[in-house]
Amino acid sequence: MVHSEQLDRSEIMKADVPALEVRGLTKRFDRPAVDSLDLTIRTGEFYALLGPNGAGKTTTLRMVAGLLRPDAGSVSILGIDALADPVAAKQIMAWVSDEPMIYDKLTPLEYLEFVAGLWGVDPSVSETSAHQLLVSLGLEPHLHERCEGFSKGMRQKVALAGALVHDPRLIILDEPLTGLDALSARHVKGLLQERVRSGCTVIMTTHILEVAERMADRIGVIAAGRLVAEGTLTELRQQNGRGDTSLEDMFIALVDAEAAAA
Amino acid sequence: MSSAAALTWFARHEIRLAWREWMAMIAGRRGKRKRAIIALIVFAAVMHLPAYAVIGRFADLEAPLDTPELIVITATIFLAWALMLSQAIESVTRVFYARADLDLLMSSPANLANVFSVRIAAIALSVTGMALLLSTPFVDVLVFSGGARWLSAFGVVIAIGLSAAAVAIAITVALFRLIGPSRTRLVAQIVAAVIGAGFVIALQVAAILSYGTLSRFAVLTSDAVSAYAPDLDSPLWWPARAAIGDGMVLSWLMAGGLLLLGAVMAIFSPRFADTVVRVAATARSVRHGPRATAFRGGSRQQALRTKEFLLLRRDPWLLSQSLMQLLYLVPPALMLWRSFSESSAAIVLITPVIVMAAGQLAGGLAWLTISGEDAADLVATAPLPPSRVIRAKIEVVLISIGVIFAPLIAALAFASMTQAIVTALGVIVATISAAAIQLWFRVQAKRSQFRRRQTSSRLATFAEAFCSIGWAATSALAVTIPIAAVISGALTAGILAVTWKISPQRG
Repeated sequence: MVHSEQLDRSEIMKADVPALEVRGLTKRFDRPAVDSLDLTIRTGEFYALLGPNGAGKTTTLRMVAGLLRPDAGSVSILGIDALADPVAAKQIMAWVSDEPMIYDKLTPLEYLEFVAGLWGVDPSVSETSAHQLLVSLGLEPHLHERCEGFSKGMRQKVALAGALVHDPRLIILDEPLTGLDALSARHVKGLLQERVRSGCTVIMTTHILEVAERMADRIGVIAAGRLVAEGTLTELRQQNGRGDTSLEDMFIALVDAEAAAA
Repeated sequence: MSSAAALTWFARHEIRLAWREWMAMIAGRRGKRKRAIIALIVFAAVMHLPAYAVIGRFADLEAPLDTPELIVITATIFLAWALMLSQAIESVTRVFYARADLDLLMSSPANLANVFSVRIAAIALSVTGMALLLSTPFVDVLVFSGGARWLSAFGVVIAIGLSAAAVAIAITVALFRLIGPSRTRLVAQIVAAVIGAGFVIALQVAAILSYGTLSRFAVLTSDAVSAYAPDLDSPLWWPARAAIGDGMVLSWLMAGGLLLLGAVMAIFSPRFADTVVRVAATARSVRHGPRATAFRGGSRQQALRTKEFLLLRRDPWLLSQSLMQLLYLVPPALMLWRSFSESSAAIVLITPVIVMAAGQLAGGLAWLTISGEDAADLVATAPLPPSRVIRAKIEVVLISIGVIFAPLIAALAFASMTQAIVTALGVIVATISAAAIQLWFRVQAKRSQFRRRQTSSRLATFAEAFCSIGWAATSALAVTIPIAAVISGALTAGILAVTWKISPQRG
């Protein structure tokens, strides 16, 4: 599935059409959850979206994935207006939530067969890639077992394999490493980096700042539904005038400043 | 804290949990409780009318009863006991498998035998409480029409409630020992589903084979059964005698119920912890799927249909529910078989039974496929319009109902082609109605929440039941009095239209 010919990432990221372009995205529940958010993520980029609990990260990503209807704003995925043509946008995108939603009574292979069928992938292609994905995630001994007895980490890996089996060009992950042990987390991170190297775009929320620090090309910090900082790690340090500080310190300073301003 | 104080404290905790669970079953979300309680009271008041129609004629019964009277009352009490046993088995299974607080209890320094004794008592209390609630309209009718002596029927309900809980615990623990924890859950669900209906169906089968009628009373009041009945002073008649006001027998019965429950608590409470540990040990038991792994091609809707069929096939609830529906179809199937050899007007009764069964099963299937979506996010982010997802899911319901009921309708065609056509139409309309109601009232839920599907919308539950009954009546009338069928059909369509009008999905 992963292209054998690894593409030049800098060329991909220079592409004219961004992987995700969000303009004025707004969603209110009792209070504004996402407040006129503008966000541009380049093709082939690994983007980490950080923020404290309730900052609006998941709401933003759920609107991008088509799971929530925004009150206002636009969402464009690789040039496709996701609100006007959601089916076309969904065809090239995958969503993985922090709570793995899979079917207890299906085996991992049956689950992947179902996902591939939903995305209309040729069975001869999807069968091979399903095997490869499950093996690479360490699930080979469990291919024919029903998921009902799986731990949360195993379920998360099955859900992730499901997201990758149709070869999406944009992968949106909400806290994908929650519940994974160190080895599984390494498998997942490796798989995602491999996808990014092959031209895929990954957007991920995480509370594990070290992961964002190590893996992300760019980092966005969201607080109270607004983007309060964005850039590479170096750029964020420059913006905050803290040359050698850690992402954790910067994140806390940004969130504290935003809370004080509110 | 002393042992007695700890026991009281834990009993209070259990009663609070049982009360809240019961309220959740009745009211769903917290905000609806007041309305749900008012609706329940209104429902209980309305239930007095059918109760009067069913049981009013028995109010004048006085001691001494003759053998056929004793047989009918005893059989009715046994039926109630079987239904309580069915509910109790389900409650006991939940205690073992719904492990929300078991880890906490097992890791605490509390005396586990005491803890589980209280839990057994709580099960008995909830089963008996529910039975008292359901039996109140019937006992009220008997008290108003036949005098205060019928109040002792409440005592009989308590006694059989306690014994049903005790037997349920014994059966479930025995199943653990015989077939192991991993199979017990499914088997217990099937036993619970079948046990309540089994007794009535067995009586109907006996009535059909002996007298060519669906009436259970034909068997119960027959000379053949009376000939086999024990003497009038047999303990078998104690529940019947207690129900009509024999105070001494009632006190023996209640003492017997308490003694049985006490014995079960003494024997099984110390072993409950061991059973829970065994369940926990097998909680991650591995169940394998097929080894053949060739992925199938086809459209996106086909992928959805295949998934739904696979999940339905592997659903333990559906297995037990289908078994029960099939059991209900045994009497009409037997009637059909008899009608080949001898012409019988009673064959008309087959049509409403089949239509009713189809409507009820379709309602459950439609909930499982439409609302019970375990991977809702996945399906919602798939590249196909929601209308096509819904269409594929409804197709699964229609095909499943077709596969189950087509053989019976085909057999009916050999007896009466007209009736077969009417029955087929009734099945189709009842199935579509049930699926439509589930669609209009759909909620996002896990399949495992099926037990509580009624709480998401009581309106949908009642509409589904009334439509099934309405279409069953319409089909029966279409075979016998066609003009009445038009009125009945119009009324049922009216119920459906009103349901749509007030449904949340109307927009």
